[in-house]
Amino acid sequence: MDRFRGLAVLALIIVVLPLALRNSYHYDVAIRIGMNATMVVGLNLLIGYAGQISLGHAGFFGLGAYASAILTSRYGWPPIAAMISGMAAVGVIAFVVARPILRLRGHYLAMATLGLGIIIYMVLVNESGWTGGNDGMNVKAFSIFGFSLANERAWYWVTGAVLLVAIVLARNIVDSPVGRALRAVHGSETAAQVAGIDTARYKVRVFVVSAVFASAVGSMMAHYVGFITPQVSSFFHSIELVTMVVVGGMASTYGAVLGAAILTMLPQLLSRFEGYEMIVFGLILMLTVIFLPRGLVPTIAARLRKSD
Amino acid sequence: MALLEVEALSRSFGGVHAVQDLSFEIEQGKIHSIIGPNGAGKTTVFNLITGLYRPSSGRVVFDGVEVTGYVPHELARRGMSRTFQNLQICFNMSAVENVMVGAHLRLDQGMLGSMLRIPTVARRDAECRDEARELMRFVGLDRYVGAAADSMPYGALKRLEIARALAARPKLLLLDEPAAGLNPTETHEIDALIQRIGDSGVTVVLVEHDMKLVMGISARILVLDYGRKLAEGSAQEVRGNPEVIAAYLGGSVEAGST
Repeated sequence: MDRFRGLAVLALIIVVLPLALRNSYHYDVAIRIGMNATMVVGLNLLIGYAGQISLGHAGFFGLGAYASAILTSRYGWPPIAAMISGMAAVGVIAFVVARPILRLRGHYLAMATLGLGIIIYMVLVNESGWTGGNDGMNVKAFSIFGFSLANERAWYWVTGAVLLVAIVLARNIVDSPVGRALRAVHGSETAAQVAGIDTARYKVRVFVVSAVFASAVGSMMAHYVGFITPQVSSFFHSIELVTMVVVGGMASTYGAVLGAAILTMLPQLLSRFEGYEMIVFGLILMLTVIFLPRGLVPTIAARLRKSD
Repeated sequence: MALLEVEALSRSFGGVHAVQDLSFEIEQGKIHSIIGPNGAGKTTVFNLITGLYRPSSGRVVFDGVEVTGYVPHELARRGMSRTFQNLQICFNMSAVENVMVGAHLRLDQGMLGSMLRIPTVARRDAECRDEARELMRFVGLDRYVGAAADSMPYGALKRLEIARALAARPKLLLLDEPAAGLNPTETHEIDALIQRIGDSGVTVVLVEHDMKLVMGISARILVLDYGRKLAEGSAQEVRGNPEVIAAYLGGSVEAGST
């Protein structure tokens, strides 16, 4: 039952946390943490476990957000149908671009994914007939079977539940032959190939899964905030997401959650440094890579194991 | 019957002929060795056979099928497995998980089934873990069954690679310098282990510098020099071949045979 210990602790935190949430602003921060954590749990499969960098995942987040916005407000689709269609479309796009991109390594892979994110951003800005361009567009409230997610409390519970489901799915992947193949790609690509693992195929698969996670969260965030601009797919957002993975801990699902929590709260705490968040993020990323290259949770876990 | 046939295999790197017009056969169910001085092209031959390098020319036929230019994972699917001179261990995993990677092709690889952890996937994975533990004991790694790969010493990691290769249940196992860097006791244990692997019906090819190990264990020996075949035959034949003695073995044969 070791598999469920972390999950039980997190579920408990989610259930108890509302006692400490005093106003809708607190709820808002908690919801954003939950959504970012869900996305980073997916991105961690790609970056932390399979060892493949992506500096363009905000692009997939943006595509999910705009798929929901456009399909619900212009075509009157039910939000859940729009969200699932967005996930499917992003999955197909990720699948098509993944093979050529993931043949690259290191710096070249970083550059290619960066380019991909920027292309998506430019499309969202320029197709203003659909997206409203830089002026952004409104998104209807999320509703399903007549129930509408109107207030923060409702969103809080939905976000918490979605996060727990995302963690179960991610942990299941990690603990399976597929997850071992992904970790082998990271550990020794040569060893993986010789053991019969089609490494190119596994890189594509994990890229698609992480992109679909991003799309789903993009859809949720669009409905929750009610208004989106192309900034949701900006380069800065991609960097934020990577920072969450690295700070929390590469190849640690709960590390991803912690990283998301820290880096979502940070701008709130640093609000007086308005305009300098980018610098603070950069600094945190640099300090983490220098002093805690494995990230918070794996480093702490290793310390605890040693002190036993 | 030949399990592996290599015909007129050549590979050059920027004008240097690492392997040149090399032909040989590996017979089913026997232990073979490839020897030669440093830089003779032994590891290049392994890399060509296992698909890590593409040959410049020549053919490789494995188990009756021409596999020239196949990539490593396709060859693994056909029953080829290997270890590395410079270890290829996944240090981001436990020792058992490293061995389980070797069994990849025998497990369910569906993404959806894994994500939902359907019972058959979970059950097969648990069985695979038990088999991997068993294999670790078979190669003499009893005390590292619960260890993380990055906490194991060099000699144990060499065996871990062998266990991973065996987890694939290969027809052909290529061992690249299994005794390099080991002390005499460890070398003796590896010797016995290779013998046991051979007895279990797996065809083994090893590249090795330890002449005592090679001469004692090999049914056939292929001697390379400058990427070409210098001699081929039983230990007795190779040992007595004047060309081999002149080119490479020198006094070490005498040392090995006394």
